[in-house]
Amino acid sequence: MAKKTIREAINDALRQEMERDERVVVMGEDVAGGAGLDGEEDAFGGVMGVTKGLYGQFSAARVIDTPISETAIMGMAAGSAATGLRPVAELMFCDFMGVCFDQILNQAAKFRYMFGGKATTPMVVRTTYGGGLGAAAQHSQCLYGMFTAVPGIKVVVPSNAYDAKGLLIQAIRDDDPVIFFEHKTMYDLADEVPDEAYTIPFGEANILREGSDVTIVALGKMVLEAREAADKLAEDGIEAQVIDLRTTSPLDEETILESVEETGRLVVVDEANPRCSIAADVAGLVAGGAFEMLKAPVKQVTAPHAPVPFAPELENLYLPNADKIVAAAKEIAA
Amino acid sequence: MSDEIRKLTMPKWGLQMQEGTVVEWLAPEGSDIAQGEEIVEVETEKVNNAYEAPFPGRLRRHVAAVGQTVPVGGLIAVVAPESVSDAQIDAFVAGFDADFVPEADEGETATPQTVTIDGRDINYLDIGTGDGAPLVLVHGLCADLNGWMFNHPVLAAGRRVVALDLPGHGASSKDVGDGDVAFFADTLANFLAELDIGRAHLVGHSMGGAISIAFALDNRDRVRSLSLIAPAGLAGDINGGFLAEMIGAEKRRGARLALSQLVDDADLVSRDMIEQFLRYKRTDGVPEALAVIAAANFDGDTQKTVLADRLGAIDIPVMCIWGDKDQVIPPAHSDKLPAGATVHRFENVGHLPQMEKAAQVNALLAEFANESE
Repeated sequence: MAKKTIREAINDALRQEMERDERVVVMGEDVAGGAGLDGEEDAFGGVMGVTKGLYGQFSAARVIDTPISETAIMGMAAGSAATGLRPVAELMFCDFMGVCFDQILNQAAKFRYMFGGKATTPMVVRTTYGGGLGAAAQHSQCLYGMFTAVPGIKVVVPSNAYDAKGLLIQAIRDDDPVIFFEHKTMYDLADEVPDEAYTIPFGEANILREGSDVTIVALGKMVLEAREAADKLAEDGIEAQVIDLRTTSPLDEETILESVEETGRLVVVDEANPRCSIAADVAGLVAGGAFEMLKAPVKQVTAPHAPVPFAPELENLYLPNADKIVAAAKEIAA
Repeated sequence: MSDEIRKLTMPKWGLQMQEGTVVEWLAPEGSDIAQGEEIVEVETEKVNNAYEAPFPGRLRRHVAAVGQTVPVGGLIAVVAPESVSDAQIDAFVAGFDADFVPEADEGETATPQTVTIDGRDINYLDIGTGDGAPLVLVHGLCADLNGWMFNHPVLAAGRRVVALDLPGHGASSKDVGDGDVAFFADTLANFLAELDIGRAHLVGHSMGGAISIAFALDNRDRVRSLSLIAPAGLAGDINGGFLAEMIGAEKRRGARLALSQLVDDADLVSRDMIEQFLRYKRTDGVPEALAVIAAANFDGDTQKTVLADRLGAIDIPVMCIWGDKDQVIPPAHSDKLPAGATVHRFENVGHLPQMEKAAQVNALLAEFANESE
């Protein structure tokens, strides 16, 4: 089976769904890739190169370059979704969600509920998140927790190319608004990805490693750090079970609780700030649902409650990593 | 006397396998092992399984400790008579280690290929060479060519061995036409013609067994021998409840419950096996394909295609392998085979003898093909 990068896997998913369903359209800044300039069309495909080739295949009616206006992008996505299309909007950085938050928070997320189920909003917002590129405080945040907190939205945070393709196809076919978070440092990570279209259901965490000493719950890029940490822990005789959440809304509570019932110890890893985070959410879930099984306090490995620093040395210190996970696990499992 | 020292090396189960980890030694040092006896539990990225002794002898040395990861082909144990001294074994191990070079990733040289048969892409793996007629491996419902991972590379040591993904399965097209046994047999016929395979030794498992029988009935001249592993198509009854569970399973728990009924030892069902099964089920077109196949072939606990009566009329060597703990198709169905058929019944084996007793099944398949040449 061919190896494909996360970038290629997402491109695969977009192309196949656009081929399968003519209601699927793509919109965002530069998604056509240099459109507007003679001879430059389709040069790149969005700031991350993810939509490359779509403009050439599907033309301007379905690959829509937008002004630099997040409000316009989100309003167009929500409106076109409510009236029959299945838009996939690209928002360059999730940090820019503030500009268009009302369109999501008070419009798209509420339509189905407030119209008594008579309206659906099958839109997907693809956006980037995360640190590690020295992109500073306004371009490095992990805001999936904010959207997870809003009922009516589904939130996806894939950790590898196989999952990225299957989860994005699932997102496009879903009738609710879905925010799809892509880590900006992970686009070149490759994995075996089938050419055929396939789906991965939402709310099904993936158990990536079996272990009976400690459960490590992670999402997105932190899954890579968790796996590395698990390998290091194994060298010291600590066997970690690694769980990749894949989606934070819905959340696979059952898999988390079952795992902690088996191991009695939990480390939650989240690249986001700690307050009101996925880490805090999972810790709360386990405190309420598996308290009597816990042999030690729950550990949360997160960024500190501070903006993402620009200086590379500081950003390095700031981000959670495998060593920090190892240290946390050893505190409760050694 | 060093020629009496024989090595046991890390087996290669499937093309992807590069290394394996020793989970548990089932045969202690100093014990006499029989050919086919399970001597060590090995875990790979894909599967856990017991490695069966390829030859008998006294197991003198566990070279690989529990928990140790060894590359494919690396030394895991030494078999030698008591007349060989410990020092000679030490020297043998040291000599092996000095010379051993792990093989490069063979996946590059032996990758599946695709042909178009009746407008459908058919994925297949074609490895091995030899003078005899090729062996063709036909998998069962919800399986694919990877289901032969314990058999395909071993059998290919002596002859050409081709395994295909049937339509609706693996990496082949998911359109299954009428989805009945006749459809798959026609596809098999056209596939073999496309590959210029004039006469083949057919090996069919479960539904692949019924397909192989149907092909043989219509193409007597193209079949040298017929090896049937827990085959469908011999009598009416089948575990319809299991089929519904397997086809209906959507999540890990359901998949594990369904797959664990395939084998006698449920520990054989690894996390990866479940993951691969779910990935298959979640591929576009697969739920529809399975619905068509189920409707075309089963009616509750009854198989719609029963071919055993006609098998006696054609003069082809037939061998049948069945596990006595098969929960899917009753092993008693082998009674319906023609009088000349050879029947092997394994104890404490479920519906997947080719995986549960790989070494012994491989030996039987190779021997039967040689005899039937």
